[in-house]
Amino acid sequence: MTQATEVLVPTSPDEAAAAFGDGSGVTVIGGGTIVMPEITYGRLKVGKALLLGKAGLSGVSRNGGTVTIGAATPIADLVDLPPPLGPCAANVADGEIRAQATLGGNVCAGPGPDAPRGDLQGPLLALDATARSTGPGGERSEPLESFLDDRAGRLLLDVSFGEPAAGAFAALDYPHTHEYTVLAVSGARGADGAVRLAATGLADHARTLSGDPDAAASEVRLGDDALASGWYRQQVLPVLVRRVLADLEEAR
Amino acid sequence: MNLTVNGVAHEVESGPLTSLLDVLREELAITSPKAGCEQGGCGACTVLVDGVARRSCLTPVASVQGTEITTVEGLGSPSDLSPLQQAFTHHYAAQCGFCTSGMMLAAQAYIDGGGSDGHEAIQEAIAGHVCRCTGYVKIIDAIAAVARGDEFDLTVTASSAGMVNLGGAV
Ligand SMILES: Cc1cc2nc3c(=O)[nH]c(=O)nc-3n(C[C@H](O)[C@H](O)[C@H](O)COP(=O)(O)OP(=O)(O)OC[C@H]3O[C@@H](n4cnc5c(N)ncnc54)[C@H](O)[C@@H]3O)c2cc1C
Ligand code: FES
Ligand code: FES
Repeated sequence: MTQATEVLVPTSPDEAAAAFGDGSGVTVIGGGTIVMPEITYGRLKVGKALLLGKAGLSGVSRNGGTVTIGAATPIADLVDLPPPLGPCAANVADGEIRAQATLGGNVCAGPGPDAPRGDLQGPLLALDATARSTGPGGERSEPLESFLDDRAGRLLLDVSFGEPAAGAFAALDYPHTHEYTVLAVSGARGADGAVRLAATGLADHARTLSGDPDAAASEVRLGDDALASGWYRQQVLPVLVRRVLADLEEAR
Repeated sequence: MNLTVNGVAHEVESGPLTSLLDVLREELAITSPKAGCEQGGCGACTVLVDGVARRSCLTPVASVQGTEITTVEGLGSPSDLSPLQQAFTHHYAAQCGFCTSGMMLAAQAYIDGGGSDGHEAIQEAIAGHVCRCTGYVKIIDAIAAVARGDEFDLTVTASSAGMVNLGGAV
């Protein structure tokens, strides 16, 4: 198999940012649950690898009403958070994968070849999260949606969001040992009363929805994969939107 | 790189991004972790890293330097089986055996964490481990038995099931 010529193991966020530099030629490894098979099967040739496990980028902190989650935080550490993020995290894979997989790897995962991934993007969009990243031009904070649109060459450092007044999560799972999520809708009512909805399991990364169940399927791109057809997703999406809206209403 | 497996320190020469699974099997010839899918989907490769169940196929060896790795060889020996190994034998929880070592290490982490004999909690603990033979019932029975603290007489198991009594050489 192809070996990295260099493996960097930074021990602080500053070291991680310096080691990443402008990101050229660097493969970031969070938990490795997506990257490792790519390397093992020879589909990814790695010149320089950045292992984030010891970089001090892990942990959930609260400051006032703001929650900040480090990019290298294992998904297992998120399962007890309130909805929509907690139930969504608990719905990812199984306990062993959740203990290894990181929030950063989930947010930065491209669409999978045969199943959707990046489940956490949905609740984070609904929570109107801010992404802090480093890369060419230095550090940058921006709405998660714009980070998702243009994240190539960036090292995600953390995400932060205001604690919601209420949240809800509804998913369609695939009945399988790993229960990959076919389609999911997350919703959050912010402290200002504004409701935001977002969907995952789409043909590309997670997207926000207007909140109109009947319009939802036309607001996003729904594709076919090994788990479900785009047609099936079209039928299910309005149901999930209604369920999330009802749960948010109930939480009033 | 240094790696301690089942209490024995090894100097490892494989590249830093080689999977822990490949290092164990190919370099150290410890073959109980199975290469099932090598993409995280089956659980046959699970080992304990400092007591935590982890898919060795998804773990670059560089990330576990300095940790204690336990494979099923480290749980007990043929003449002195661990409680889980005894329970798997007593309950016929292994058929072809391909999933067994990963299953047992996930179960060991569950038991060490004070897991109960509740079937739902056990199912959650072994979620991600695929068994194509047993239908899981016997595996869950075996793990529940250890969680309850059952004791096993393996010579009785063989004869009461109408099998040849091998005189304890189970
Ligand atoms: C059996 C199984 C079941 C799974 N089930 C699910 C599921 O239900 N839902 C789901 O969403 N996913 C699932 N996955 C996919 C995957 O495990 C998760 O998406 C996981 O969160 C990825 O995180 P990681 O840290 O392991 O990623 P890695 O493999 O480390 O990285 C993934 C990608 O993100 C990049 N990256 C990692 N960290 C950063 C960072 N901080 N900044 C910039 N780029 C970064 C890497 O370079 C790589 O391109 C599953 C995987 C397996 C093997
Ligand atoms: S070989 Fe590691 S999970 Fe299948
Ligand atoms: S005993 Fe054959 S796969 Fe489990």
